Amino acid sequence: MPDTAVRFIGVNKWFGQFHVLRDINLDVMQGERIVICGPSGSGKSTLIRCINRLEQHQEGRIIVDGLEIDDDVKAIEDVRRDVGMVFQHFNLFPHLTVLENCTLAPIWVRKLPKREADALAMKFLERVRIPEQATKYPGQLSGGQQQRVAIARALCMMPKIMLFDEPTSALDPEMVKEVLDTMVGLAGEGMTMLVVTHEMGFARQVADRVIFMDQGQIIEMNAPEEFFGNPRNERTRLFLSQILR
Amino acid sequence: MSASYVRASDAPLRPPPRGHAGPLAWLRENLFAGPGSTALTLGLGLLLGWLAYQVLDWTVLRAVWTGADRSACAVPGAGACWPFVWEKFPQWVFGFYPLGERWRPVLTFLIGAAALAPMLMPAAPAKRFNALFLLVAYPVIAFVLLGGGVFGLPPVETTNWGGLVVTLVVAVTGIVLSLPLGILLALGRQSELPVVRGASIAFIELWRGVPLVTVLFMASVMLPLFLPSGMSLDKLMRAIAGLSLFASAYMAEAVRGGLQAVSRGQREAGLALGLSRWQTTAKIVLPQALRISIPNIVGIFIGLFKDTTLVLVVGIYDLLGIINAGLQDSKWAAPQTANTGYFVAALIYFAFCFAMSRYALFTEGRLARTGRR
Repeated sequence: MPDTAVRFIGVNKWFGQFHVLRDINLDVMQGERIVICGPSGSGKSTLIRCINRLEQHQEGRIIVDGLEIDDDVKAIEDVRRDVGMVFQHFNLFPHLTVLENCTLAPIWVRKLPKREADALAMKFLERVRIPEQATKYPGQLSGGQQQRVAIARALCMMPKIMLFDEPTSALDPEMVKEVLDTMVGLAGEGMTMLVVTHEMGFARQVADRVIFMDQGQIIEMNAPEEFFGNPRNERTRLFLSQILR
Repeated sequence: MSASYVRASDAPLRPPPRGHAGPLAWLRENLFAGPGSTALTLGLGLLLGWLAYQVLDWTVLRAVWTGADRSACAVPGAGACWPFVWEKFPQWVFGFYPLGERWRPVLTFLIGAAALAPMLMPAAPAKRFNALFLLVAYPVIAFVLLGGGVFGLPPVETTNWGGLVVTLVVAVTGIVLSLPLGILLALGRQSELPVVRGASIAFIELWRGVPLVTVLFMASVMLPLFLPSGMSLDKLMRAIAGLSLFASAYMAEAVRGGLQAVSRGQREAGLALGLSRWQTTAKIVLPQALRISIPNIVGIFIGLFKDTTLVLVVGIYDLLGIINAGLQDSKWAAPQTANTGYFVAALIYFAFCFAMSRYALFTEGRLARTGRR
């Protein structure tokens, strides 16, 4: 199936004795935007971190862009090249400038000459609207600016899939919008996106499907109108009533 | 004011009121903040003044500046015996290095200083080439120049090396060897491979569990017993190897502290970008870890520099050893001769260690300005 971007088939995962992912089955089509929500500890971050093997699953199969994720280090590195990730705490490299943050992987992984990598990085820094910060260090930027740099850094690898792990949770309220706007723009260009977030406005606006997870399982999955308008599972209803006031 | 309020115009921005800024305010706040603080300031000030006067009195006011032998210094009430220093200083620097060949250690030192200075200046260009020269070419140049035996240079046995030359050779070699070795050990200790991790831990704990003096005795006395007959390792080289391995174990722990202080998210971000584990370590984790470890690393450098004095116990005459030996000279037997010798030794050691410490502070400050979180 060439148009499947990510496939989970019967995936199970444990942290020690704790069963953190339970019987996950999910097909994400290319260009599809998935929003994953659920209470903390429900396994939603773990789920997307399995896609680029920051977490290891113990049972079942995960196939990303046609490549199976298993112990094959080469395959994992190939997948990571094509899967960008944005973290809750940005994880920018504090010892490198904004520009160097963006060019590091293109230079060392894609083997781009420095000049081309710089041009590429500036292109994406313009996309996230902070080209003037290129020579600064991450510590000199606001949280919202840092997260936009993190998005540009991931985009510089020209990924086919983007993973967002609670990208706005660590931001001050007035900076959430600038990051969400950047993500909306990205969604408009047809990027395959898996977004763990509690920003339900964002989910309504861009998601093709919304997934609700609880206790390591996918409880409910539906198009946003149906998901918000007519939640079928009791737990989904409870969760939505708690976060939508 | 009522419960509801809307500001109509901004309150003016003003400088702080008089008496809260400037040098006078600083003095009052920091030195004379109250009776206790004032008493402490005055008491400590008096003590420091008295100490400074004692040193000045002994080194300058009552000191003997000229003379040819002990008779000049063996005066009642005399301070430091400087003519002793004038006469012995060349020996303190060069040890028993042959008189006619002393230009060789001087040249070695000059080349080293000329190569090191631009390395230490952040603005100087060609850092990579410079580092390559210092770490690869310079050790070869130094050992050829000092040891001789090629290019028509008469050989000088290491048993004839001594004084500051030996101290610097041991310290610099130890520093240059222990840092990379310590980094490898620290990485090994965090390896996912049990064999590598176990070997690293065993090595580190073994060397940290043994006193340096024991290490030096082992290297000097016991190691030759294990070597096949006819094969001999130079005594100085054995001492350097012992000292370097000893320091590398401590270095490994200092670097490990830095590695643990780098958040896990940094490694994850590197891996998620498609960098290999080694690239992530080399480009992302290690630079930050080393930056965090600078104070501890320099502490170990300074400790190593001072520990070089222990090579005395295996019969190598470093700076302190040769000063000590010179004190036996009956020509200069006088009450203040030994004090003068040790005072100069302390000054020289302090100058090197203080320089290292200040440079480390400078580097920390520079990195803190650029790499703020």
